[in-house]
Amino acid sequence: MNKYFLNRISLTFSFLFIYLFSQAQSTSNKIAPSFESTMRSNDKIYVVMAVCLVILIILLTYLIRIDLKISKKEKNM
Amino acid sequence: MRIKWWKILCVFLLLFTFTAGFIVQVPIIGNLNQSIRNFYFHVPMWFGQMGLLTLSLGYSIAYLRTHNIKHDIYATEFAKTGIIYGILGLVTGAIWAKFTWGEYWSNDPKQMAAAIAVLIYFAYVVLRGSMTDIDKRARVAGVYNIFAYFIYIPLIMILPRMVESLHPGGLEGSEAGGNPALGGGSLDPAMRLIFWPAVFGWLLLGIWISNLKIRYDLLINKTIINE
Repeated sequence: MNKYFLNRISLTFSFLFIYLFSQAQSTSNKIAPSFESTMRSNDKIYVVMAVCLVILIILLTYLIRIDLKISKKEKNM
Repeated sequence: MRIKWWKILCVFLLLFTFTAGFIVQVPIIGNLNQSIRNFYFHVPMWFGQMGLLTLSLGYSIAYLRTHNIKHDIYATEFAKTGIIYGILGLVTGAIWAKFTWGEYWSNDPKQMAAAIAVLIYFAYVVLRGSMTDIDKRARVAGVYNIFAYFIYIPLIMILPRMVESLHPGGLEGSEAGGNPALGGGSLDPAMRLIFWPAVFGWLLLGIWISNLKIRYDLLINKTIINE
């Protein structure tokens, strides 16, 4: 169950990123790129948000990886 | 992986903090401008530290009562994560201070008290690390941890309310006193809605990190722990 749970989580995130990426692609060649203008609005605070979110998600993923490794070791002992 | 509800909750609360924390409208107070958003990141460090050190105290007492070495490992790891949170709190506070008070470190009484509180816990780690006898180490460290906690609380909760300082809360202003953590008077309702989830998210993250280190230590010391 645990294995499938993680698969589902990673699948959801991959779809989310693909979706965001495709959005960014499709809007970039229009006259008013909505994604980019949103990112630039409000003194570019959303850029900071994006950077912080990347850091948080990567660190949490790392934490989950360590958790998985320790769990594996616990099972073997 | 042991999937626990609180780990999932931690991820969601932190993701919420990191998105809503940047999006929500904040009141502009004094020269804080947008830096008031640090409330979601700097203040939860201290709340998280308080939670972790309280857990550490609980396990130290449990160790002294039961003499189960497992409790000593729990107490140590919670204290260590608490120290990390304290250092993060000091560093983030210093950065925030630079751009609101003018200096990274202005020898403000509350900065000093927080630094002393962290140093007292450094001494805990040093003291525990200086002994090789496992039972003696656990007992001395347990007693010191209780002592440290009851210096830590006055330094971080009572002293800030008794002195005048640049930091909110305490004696300054007409609405004198108030909570040093919640900006003296009160927190804007919109901010409170993100602040409390942020506090619990960061606290759960601290517990998660400690949990991993505890499980690692338990694996390492499997031979000496009698279940």
